[in-house]
Amino acid sequence: MLENILSLNNITKSFDGELVLEDLSLDIKRNEFVTLLGPSGCGKTTTLRIIAGFVMPDQGSVLLEGEDITTLPTEKRCINTVFQKYALFPHMTVAENIAFGLKIKKKDDDYIRQKIKYALELVNLTGFEKRKPRSLSGGQQQRIAIARAIVNEPQILLLDEPLGALDLKLRQDMQKELIRLKKELGITFIYVTHDQEEALTMSDKIVVMNQGYIQQIGTPEDIYNEPQNAFVADFIGSANLLAGTMIHDELVSINDVRFDCVDKGFGNNKPVDVVIRPEDVEIREKGQGIFPAVVTSVLFKGVHYEIFAKGIGIDWMIHTTAYHEVGAEIDLYVKPFNIQIMNKPESEDEAVIQTE
Amino acid sequence: MKNFICKFYLAIIMIFLYAPILVLVVLSFNSSKSRVVWGGFTLDWYRDIFRTSQIMSALQNTIVLALGSAFFATIIALLACIGIDAMRRREYSVVMAVTNIPMLNADIVTGIAMMLLLIRFMPLGFSSIMLAHITFNIPYVILSILPRFNQLDVSIYEAARDLGAGPVYSFFKVVLPELAPGIVSGFFMAVTMSMDDFVITYFTKGPGVNTLSTMIYSQIRKGIQPTMYALSTIIFLITVLVLIVANILSAPQKKRGMIHTPGNHI
Repeated sequence: MLENILSLNNITKSFDGELVLEDLSLDIKRNEFVTLLGPSGCGKTTTLRIIAGFVMPDQGSVLLEGEDITTLPTEKRCINTVFQKYALFPHMTVAENIAFGLKIKKKDDDYIRQKIKYALELVNLTGFEKRKPRSLSGGQQQRIAIARAIVNEPQILLLDEPLGALDLKLRQDMQKELIRLKKELGITFIYVTHDQEEALTMSDKIVVMNQGYIQQIGTPEDIYNEPQNAFVADFIGSANLLAGTMIHDELVSINDVRFDCVDKGFGNNKPVDVVIRPEDVEIREKGQGIFPAVVTSVLFKGVHYEIFAKGIGIDWMIHTTAYHEVGAEIDLYVKPFNIQIMNKPESEDEAVIQTE
Repeated sequence: MKNFICKFYLAIIMIFLYAPILVLVVLSFNSSKSRVVWGGFTLDWYRDIFRTSQIMSALQNTIVLALGSAFFATIIALLACIGIDAMRRREYSVVMAVTNIPMLNADIVTGIAMMLLLIRFMPLGFSSIMLAHITFNIPYVILSILPRFNQLDVSIYEAARDLGAGPVYSFFKVVLPELAPGIVSGFFMAVTMSMDDFVITYFTKGPGVNTLSTMIYSQIRKGIQPTMYALSTIIFLITVLVLIVANILSAPQKKRGMIHTPGNHI
């Protein structure tokens, strides 16, 4: 068995002369929960539709289990999709919806009946066989759409922003549900979303995309803690994105204030991008931090306060559980390993990719 | 008082709308040929309809024309809708404008134009009427089916393909049922348009071929017979029946949507 269940090789696709994907290559391992994450128009949905077979790439190839399926029509692929707006067949009952794929594969009635029962148990909707999709809530319809896809035992399940239309509470429940399903079924999930929190919660691997290019591939921890460029840092979570100069290894200067850090190998006196997460900026008593600042605004966010403070010519975003009054004079401190240094984009092309 | 005026107003509207038809129905049972004297109840005029071969052939023509033209117009309109739906916005509005012109156009212009065209290729007769009826029915059926296409969620077609169905099977199994209410009501609209038509039929028909409307028109010159009242009563009843059937066929869809509004709650 190959390690990679799916490989996209040098995929290029344009619509009406507008380049959507350029020279995209991506390998997906067996049993991985992979999330394609990016803002709308980044090419993530097009990538998914190429995998599903709804869109043919202009160039490049798609390999499933090492076999070229680039030109294979959708219905011949061992891949099933859960659509954004569920796409249940409105004139059929829940059971007929789930049986649709199995009937085409000419499975016998007993097998189909068992499969329907099993799938409905899996998505916690036992007893819904005779209902029509219209009489179900959004969350229930979504589960039926998942049941309909998985009874066909696909090698890969594609999910196109499946939770986009649900409210927050339901979305969080469904996220847990999807992780459980993934574990029970043991198949590869490829998930498309623009919601970074969703991606961080569920994925084994995140592929951050922007403007048709892959920006970074990594585990949720990698992507969050070690963003490779300013776009990723900015898109994943909130961040203080700063321009700095690497004076030498483990020392960076921001607006002429020197910070100890742990990154090496950027050279001496090189301009770099610096990311500091708002929860990593610490508020300290006067005289105990690195530099002084004045609180300019305080917002209550539930779990924490979001405080903006002005210091060394920069508006710092700070997440903290302690309240500070507007106008308070404070000191700020950042631990060396919480300062993330990134190379500046080297060419203009790269800069275009990274800024939206 | 306000309530009374409302009801009175409504009653007057109803009387103006339906009193003439009521008179017609009553007269069709009148044994006297006079339009003012009640000579007693009779079904003779109804019996005469079925004895007059002229009426029977006109009736047959009307029915065959209505069902036939509606059938072909529905198929052509369905195919047209598939194409129109796939068009870009600009082409779409151009084609829809072209489609709408025949409906706004005066019947008499359409009638003369159809006659001029058809006479070039065939002797005027039953076939020429059929072609003319199919032609003027197409825009109405398109207008009835196209909104269904706009409501159609393309992803259900993709979902069917995704689950292993070929393009043709997906269309018939998943897309067509969604379009069905539009197709059915378009078909019935075409039937009534065809049955209703006089002007275009009159221009495209040949000698000896009559539909009910052209036949009744030719009768006027000889003075209208009470059989015509009976015939009109039957046509009226059939129309009402068709309307009721069409409403029943398309109503459940709407009702279901009204009772279970799709929500995001569990």
